[in-house]
Amino acid sequence: MNQQEEKTKALIYCVKCLGGRLKENINFMEVCGTHTVAIYRAGIKQILCKKTRLISGPGCPVCVTPNEFVDKAVWYALQPKTVVATFGDMFKVPGSESSLAEAQAKGGQIQLVYSPLEAVGLAEKHPDLKVVFLGIGFETTAPLVAYAVLSARKSNLHNFLILSGHKTVPEALEKIAANPLLNLHGLILPGHVSCIIGRRPYDFLAQQYHIPGVISGFEPEDILESLCMLFKQINEGRCEVESQYRRAVPEAGNQKALEIIQEVFTRRDLEWRGLGVIPGSGLALREKYSNWDAEVVFPARINKPRQHRGCICGAVISGLKEPEECSLFGQTCRPEHPVGPCMVSSEGACGTHYLYQARGGFYED
Amino acid sequence: MRIETPPLVRAETKTKEVIKLAHGSGGKLTRELIENFIKPKFGNRILNRLEDAAVLFLSENLLAFSTDSYVVRPIFFPGGDIGKLAVCGTINDLAVVGALPLGISCSFILEEGFPLETLNKIIDSMQKVASQTGCQVVTGDTKVVEKGAADQIFINTAGIGVIRTKSHLSIEQIQLGDQIIVTGTLGDHAAAIFVARQNLPVTSSLASDCAPLHSLLGSLWNLSGKIRFMRDPTRGGVAATLNEIVKDKEFGIELSEDSLPVKPEVRGICDLMGFDPLNLASEGKAVIVVAPDATEIVLGILQQHPLGKEACVLGRVIEQPKGLVYLKTNLGTKRIIDLPVGDPLPRIC
Amino acid sequence: MCLGVPAKVIKTDEEWAWVDVNRVHLKINSSLVEGVRPGDYVIVHAGFAIQKLSPQEGESTLELFRQIVESEQK
Repeated sequence: MNQQEEKTKALIYCVKCLGGRLKENINFMEVCGTHTVAIYRAGIKQILCKKTRLISGPGCPVCVTPNEFVDKAVWYALQPKTVVATFGDMFKVPGSESSLAEAQAKGGQIQLVYSPLEAVGLAEKHPDLKVVFLGIGFETTAPLVAYAVLSARKSNLHNFLILSGHKTVPEALEKIAANPLLNLHGLILPGHVSCIIGRRPYDFLAQQYHIPGVISGFEPEDILESLCMLFKQINEGRCEVESQYRRAVPEAGNQKALEIIQEVFTRRDLEWRGLGVIPGSGLALREKYSNWDAEVVFPARINKPRQHRGCICGAVISGLKEPEECSLFGQTCRPEHPVGPCMVSSEGACGTHYLYQARGGFYED
Repeated sequence: MRIETPPLVRAETKTKEVIKLAHGSGGKLTRELIENFIKPKFGNRILNRLEDAAVLFLSENLLAFSTDSYVVRPIFFPGGDIGKLAVCGTINDLAVVGALPLGISCSFILEEGFPLETLNKIIDSMQKVASQTGCQVVTGDTKVVEKGAADQIFINTAGIGVIRTKSHLSIEQIQLGDQIIVTGTLGDHAAAIFVARQNLPVTSSLASDCAPLHSLLGSLWNLSGKIRFMRDPTRGGVAATLNEIVKDKEFGIELSEDSLPVKPEVRGICDLMGFDPLNLASEGKAVIVVAPDATEIVLGILQQHPLGKEACVLGRVIEQPKGLVYLKTNLGTKRIIDLPVGDPLPRIC
Repeated sequence: MCLGVPAKVIKTDEEWAWVDVNRVHLKINSSLVEGVRPGDYVIVHAGFAIQKLSPQEGESTLELFRQIVESEQK
């Protein structure tokens, strides 16, 4: 066995021992959608004992995007001489009536991009087209989009617009922490958001709400180690915010990235699916950058957004309901025909659960 | 709560009654299209087997007959082009059912304005494969449509071959304990196409593995008693192929995470884009289900051939869970490998 | 919520860097991270470097587990 295999074995042993020492049922929440995927892919829940429950949190930009944002994106895609540039994550997300994938099938112009700078390049190459870039993601992605806006300004591009749906995590965490129905004993905190914001913004979780947290990396071993650290805190009666992902998360985060967010964006109140409007949790382009703000320059004209009857994505995202409690789960709502965003891919709680749990007790050995 | 696989439902709302890109990706929506639209209309004993080639009886020979259409973009990519793909693809569909290809047809649909020089290059590429393999283009057709009515060039090839295996290679031959072999690394073609199509600022040695497999697989045909079934993992990758094998069957398949053969460069693209190599298409590989006592011999034969040097065991056929494919992870846990929904999309989350 | 991949910096040129991820060389923007140099490791997200990786703090991790394993075996 090599050193890596030994370390993995030791970590599994530690998770089982430390978790096994706990006398009560424990609820942890992994906040970040990429952690939800990593936990599913590594089968982490099969290592935890039944007393420990892992709940998927609202850190999935796709899942917390309300229908209104998707409706606007679809409207832009169907406008003449307009292209919607977006990360692939948004392509299949259903809005009130349609998704971008469906809009494309009806002639809508959509370009999937890997980086926001590709969208800037598209605008440069096609001065006759309006390029509307969908700004989704949290503090990890916001600085990149801010850079893209500055880049467009430098090149004097006026056909590059941002529809900002960017959100900030600590405000949402406060709402989660303050919800007594969730009864959380620990939080696995997002790794890459923390690369930008650092460790300190999470201290309030332990200090005010007495919920310990561990910032985690994304390898299976990182997540196992983070669970060990949470179990250890509980066993020792400590309550702190620690970082397992020390190799990538400086205490103060990335100052340059934080400055560029501050330069381009301002805070606003924003609706999160499942959590309602969270004050100060959204990022909107500042007035001096309003020339690149789609909502100012080219506001979408959409019908009143509507929710699909029976869809409880909101309750699932906020950890209040399990996917199986949704009447549509696995029936009308499946990965190939999603009704709500949680089912769109395995980053959403329902998409993951469909693949993970919904196989006749396969995982319950 | 157990979720019974629901009957495939027709799209309910008006907005869903259009063909989406995902219908062509080889995953769940492709299966729905086949089950809901194709089979009900065309269905017959031969078609309904949904094998890579139709096996027909003619005098004392069994013939295999297969067709496929090629719409790949970009039309030239590292490792090949649409023409090479079109010839190799049909030769491979014949080879996996145990047929020596006799000849193929080739139909072009060309967009008005398509450069003749480009067409020439594509035809040269197709003829190169035809000469190497001895499988000639023996008939064909060309149509031209107005500018805008087609995207540059579409190619359809159909091929006919004579079955050389003594037993019929089919899913029905598969037994518990059989081993699943793959002839080489996974996902090379899809990763190369993705980089070429997206115009990413990437340099790598990534290239499509597009290649004719009749010679590689032909070396196994006289072991046909021990070879149960073969298929080339194109659209939807190995995940789609293995799920097709287990669908509605009384067995499942277990894969092992540490035995997945993936080139580092493909792993790199998957890490960057959030792809799973199991969902990525190959165009010069085959999945072979073999009797366990023939595994070493088959691997030995494959590894002697230039196209099979990296052949390895991917997994095995097991009793439970029936109808499912799962992966044993490096942590010793399990993960279901499902039929993918559509083509992999680059993600940030 | 954020796919980020560790990559080794091969070359830099003003605001750009070429990084290696499993022998795939990708051009990324390095403007958001101070002092990126060849030989550094960075986290890549959507075409940008978002943070430098510091040398793995392996020792403290191993110590944690040694303590746990020893206390379990008592």
